[in-house]
Amino acid sequence: MISFARIKAVFLKEMVQMRRDRPTFAIMIMVPIMQLGLFGFAIDTDPRNMPAAVELRDDGPLTRSFLASLRQSDYFRIVEIVHSLDEGESLMKAGDISYLIVIPENFERDFVRGDRPQILIAADASDPVAAAGPIAAANEIARRAFAPELERLPRKLRGGAPPVELVIQRQYNPAGETSMNIVPGLLGVILTMTMIMITAIALTREVERGTIEALLSTPVRASEIMIGKTTPYILVGAIQATIVLIAGRIVFHIPFVGDLAPFLVAMTLFIFANLMLGYLISTVARTQMQAMQMTFFIFLPSILLSGFMFPFAAMPGWAKAIGEALPITHFLRIVREVMLKGAGFSEIRGEIWPIALILAVLALASLARFRRTLD
Amino acid sequence: MSGNGPVIDVRGLTKKFGTKTVVDNFDLSVPKGAIYGFLGPNGSGKTTTIRMVCGLLKADAGAGAVLGLDVLKESDKIKERVGYMTQRFSLYEDLSIRENLEFIARLYSLDNLKGRVDASLKSLGLSDRAKQLAGTLSGGWKQRLALAACMIHEPELLLLDEPTAGVDPKARRDFWDAIRDYSAQGVTTLVSTHYMDEAVQCDRIAFIAYGKKLIDEATADIPDKVGLFARRIEAGDLDDATRRLKSVGGYDVLARFGAAIHLAGRNDAALDRAAAAIEGLPGVQIERIDAGLEEAFIYLMTGASDNFANGFANGAAA
Repeated sequence: MISFARIKAVFLKEMVQMRRDRPTFAIMIMVPIMQLGLFGFAIDTDPRNMPAAVELRDDGPLTRSFLASLRQSDYFRIVEIVHSLDEGESLMKAGDISYLIVIPENFERDFVRGDRPQILIAADASDPVAAAGPIAAANEIARRAFAPELERLPRKLRGGAPPVELVIQRQYNPAGETSMNIVPGLLGVILTMTMIMITAIALTREVERGTIEALLSTPVRASEIMIGKTTPYILVGAIQATIVLIAGRIVFHIPFVGDLAPFLVAMTLFIFANLMLGYLISTVARTQMQAMQMTFFIFLPSILLSGFMFPFAAMPGWAKAIGEALPITHFLRIVREVMLKGAGFSEIRGEIWPIALILAVLALASLARFRRTLD
Repeated sequence: MSGNGPVIDVRGLTKKFGTKTVVDNFDLSVPKGAIYGFLGPNGSGKTTTIRMVCGLLKADAGAGAVLGLDVLKESDKIKERVGYMTQRFSLYEDLSIRENLEFIARLYSLDNLKGRVDASLKSLGLSDRAKQLAGTLSGGWKQRLALAACMIHEPELLLLDEPTAGVDPKARRDFWDAIRDYSAQGVTTLVSTHYMDEAVQCDRIAFIAYGKKLIDEATADIPDKVGLFARRIEAGDLDDATRRLKSVGGYDVLARFGAAIHLAGRNDAALDRAAAAIEGLPGVQIERIDAGLEEAFIYLMTGASDNFANGFANGAAA
């Protein structure tokens, strides 16, 4: 009995209203950018100008040109020239430097021979977010520094593998776990906040403006209103996700290791689940103000108990139970698995079905709550 | 459609909000093609009754049929054939006129969408304003748009809840011309109003107060049924005459009609006694007239609760 034509009617109406409501649309786009800026930069307290020490076991024009490039880039600030690894490590332990860069013996000779000499970069990864940027930048700095030298070499040595190999050692936090949590986690938080908020007022706005009366006097069904009012915003969520991923890549150098397909499936389900959570709120709330307050009531556990702020494994059982009931908890795991570890469908199946289940429960609860009369 | 039976035929409709009974044991029978007027003071249950008829509210008790369909169980089917115009403008102010009409037309799954919307815009004279946002329209145009929206699926029954409240006289006249056209085409109309000039255009009127129907008669028969006697009084100083009449009392209705006072009441002798108090004053002329619809409604409205308490409804209906 469900009519596609009526779903389309509600869908198109919501699209037009969204387009007309420019300020809200602008906020939806600005939120991810602002959140990224605030969370990203506030947490990693300027990833540039990181204090570094250099140990020179060789010297020559190539070495000096590399050092000059390091100084020119604003990622590294060379504060010490050390004469042994021990000296460098004690400086790092004391927190005086964040990076120790070692130019090996016979560097110049090996470079010219095309033997790809190794440059060691030891990083203090205890503040992993701060470490991520400069480490990612080091490769590019090396490439640029050696490009002119490379031009003078015989043709056969050009192209192919890079002329030097950067060996990165993450000290104190070899996996660099938390560093990668921030941006993927932020993706979950942003989608949770905006998607719930936008549908939380979906029905209350109709009630407050009185338009619900005309709407309900037509043959439109509860399920048609529900689908028509939630699906337009999947598009908005997708735009937000794109912004976060691109900004994460460019600004914070977060890689995307896995396939896009499982990620898109999980993200669409996650966005839909959040929209449905908001829609359920709008069937309960009587005013837009109430809807906003209920939305904030959902935000706190979503941020605190999802594994975004604190490690999920360390939480007590009751907190874990709440966390498991939130879509964001499962989404954060999926994002980490897919983005950072390259997981495919089979690995994330165990996190996808809980989101689908939550979505189904929310949809049924919304339909049960929704009244097609004004009683 | 169930032959030539009444379009609305409901009995004993009752609606309570909490402990308050808003509509109490309400019977209503509206024949096909009729313009049926709902009158009564604010808060008397007119809107609630209309909402129960179109399925927007579920009656606590009662039964009946609308368009031959069960009013309690078949509201989905009823909605497809009824056009309901709400008291408050309830279309989308942030959609254009055309977008609003298209939205409603899609909800009724109408074919030839564009053709119907174009025809609707044309018949209401809104063609050149189709792209204007509904929220920027004046009151009268909003009413026209709302009527167009609830007519777009060609309903057999129109439910209009104070459709002309706050609309200028010209727009009201046009609006009623449209309603009479629809009626001539066989569309049945149930309309609530506070305006006497609109009430007289109805074929039949129900007067409601405190959730009870006090009167349900053909419009022309109402003054007789209420049983009022009336006098038309002219005076050189109408304010002075009014003051004197008020000090004597004995009438039920005293209302200014242009340059005259209409005095009405159920006791003819008492009217004579009141009139005697101003007889002989400069310019005073007293004339016996038939009580009109307006006197009847002022009488019903001012004394609604008393009439109700005295069992007037039973008396008048008998």
